[in-house]
Amino acid sequence: MNKTFVLVAALLGIAGIAAGASAQEPGGTLKKIKDSGRIVMGTRDSSAPLAYTLGGGRYTGYHVEMCERIIDAIRKQINTPALKIEYTLVTSQNRIPLVENGTVDIECGSTTNNVARQKQVAFGLTTYMTEVRMAVKANSGLTSINQLNGKSVVTTTGTTSVQHLRKHERATGIDFKEIYAKDHADAFLLLESGRADAFVMDDNILAGNIANSRNPKDFVITGEVLSVEPIAVMFRKDDPLFKKAVDDSLRAMMKSGELEKLYAKWFQSPIPPRGSNLNMPMGVTLKSLIANPNDRPMEDYAKK
Amino acid sequence: MKYQWEWQVFLRDDGSGRTYLEWMASAWGWTLSVSACAWIVALVLGSLVGTLRTVPGKGWQRSGDAWVELFRNIPLLVQIFLWYHVVPALVPALKGLPAFVLVVFALGFFSSARIAEQVRAGIQSLPRGQRLAGQALGLTLAQTYRHVILPMAFRVVIPPLTSEAMNIIKNSSVAFAVSISELTLFAMQAQEETSRGIEIYLAVTTLYIASAFSVNRAMAWIEARMRVPGTIGGSR
Repeated sequence: MNKTFVLVAALLGIAGIAAGASAQEPGGTLKKIKDSGRIVMGTRDSSAPLAYTLGGGRYTGYHVEMCERIIDAIRKQINTPALKIEYTLVTSQNRIPLVENGTVDIECGSTTNNVARQKQVAFGLTTYMTEVRMAVKANSGLTSINQLNGKSVVTTTGTTSVQHLRKHERATGIDFKEIYAKDHADAFLLLESGRADAFVMDDNILAGNIANSRNPKDFVITGEVLSVEPIAVMFRKDDPLFKKAVDDSLRAMMKSGELEKLYAKWFQSPIPPRGSNLNMPMGVTLKSLIANPNDRPMEDYAKK
Repeated sequence: MKYQWEWQVFLRDDGSGRTYLEWMASAWGWTLSVSACAWIVALVLGSLVGTLRTVPGKGWQRSGDAWVELFRNIPLLVQIFLWYHVVPALVPALKGLPAFVLVVFALGFFSSARIAEQVRAGIQSLPRGQRLAGQALGLTLAQTYRHVILPMAFRVVIPPLTSEAMNIIKNSSVAFAVSISELTLFAMQAQEETSRGIEIYLAVTTLYIASAFSVNRAMAWIEARMRVPGTIGGSR
């Protein structure tokens, strides 16, 4: 009886703490950053070219630079010229909890906007469309996911690609061995070393990792598109003032052509650290989004 | 703002025709398999090395020392990465091994260093006279260990071995880093997909507690059965 009692009490204690933990800051994010004088930007370490690290605590990328400009606009809006940006590293697993609990104010990485996540967080206007495809070694001769019967496929834990692979496997009846890496760099290492035959992930992450590898020519992105996903910046739910501030500044960037220039800088020109050029021209969907911005989730695109 | 519990998340389909509950059960199976196999490796190797450290003869003792220091001084996660990424690259024969085997080796060797120390402590806690008496009766060193020293030493160290067995179950959670589909990887992936982190993590925590606790009770039963009244640790 004693041990059962202690066990149940411990579980209730955990539940009680969890229930009390999700209080939203009154006044929203704008008040919070004005009072504290700093905004915490969550970013990634190997999601090139959207957000990645150059080492030494410096982060850069298409979304990182875009967020810096958004924060500039917010600085003027709330009249806090001394607002500092604090960069903090997040992972696929902890990005949503950290935004929810207030540690991170705005997450600028490669987060897909989908219905399940909209229950926990809010997204800005879609600023990138990614397609989930696969990267293989150029000399493997693989060109389609359907050729992967009996082979091993690696993807990163905590991403939407894991679910897409699972649905695809079930739908087509192909049996491949799934390997889950703890992050994108790890997954690419498995492909490089030959332990995995294919790496399934968003095409920009594949391109970024290939471009930064030792021999980019050894790899190629092939295969059908498993999913088309809108990528956007992420922040707390139920905070209409902050969302308006972010969306307004994004809309201004889209209208003035600034976003297109930013895209060309990161996707069609040499980027740090190796000066490699991803050579990915803007797709048709993103062009139409810039003309008519929206923040619709992934499921809306799948219906088409 | 009250949290809305949604325990039905476990009955949801995860996209491949099985429910999250079935996936969790399969992940639990993986955790238990990794732990059980690693425990066997650790017990066998640990007892061997621990015994070697007490045998007269500097060569044996030094090799035992080297083994224990090597596997005790490197963090577990680093050891797992070494076994998974580095060893297959250095030893081509191991390249084809599945990740499961490599993780069992990593976890087993790490725990064997700790078990070696516990067994050594058990052996050295026995009075010196036991070994001398055994040899005076005409038993060889090996026979003395087999019939006199080890039976008593193992009974003495059952409590630390219980801790070690429970630790192996908890340490198996680092296997997620090398893609073993065990409970921790299930928890992280399912939490991302369903956004129901609290329910998922509560369930996984309960499974870990249940597994470790069952091991605890099993070892307590073994201890009670093996007890020899009148010897060290025997009276209760």
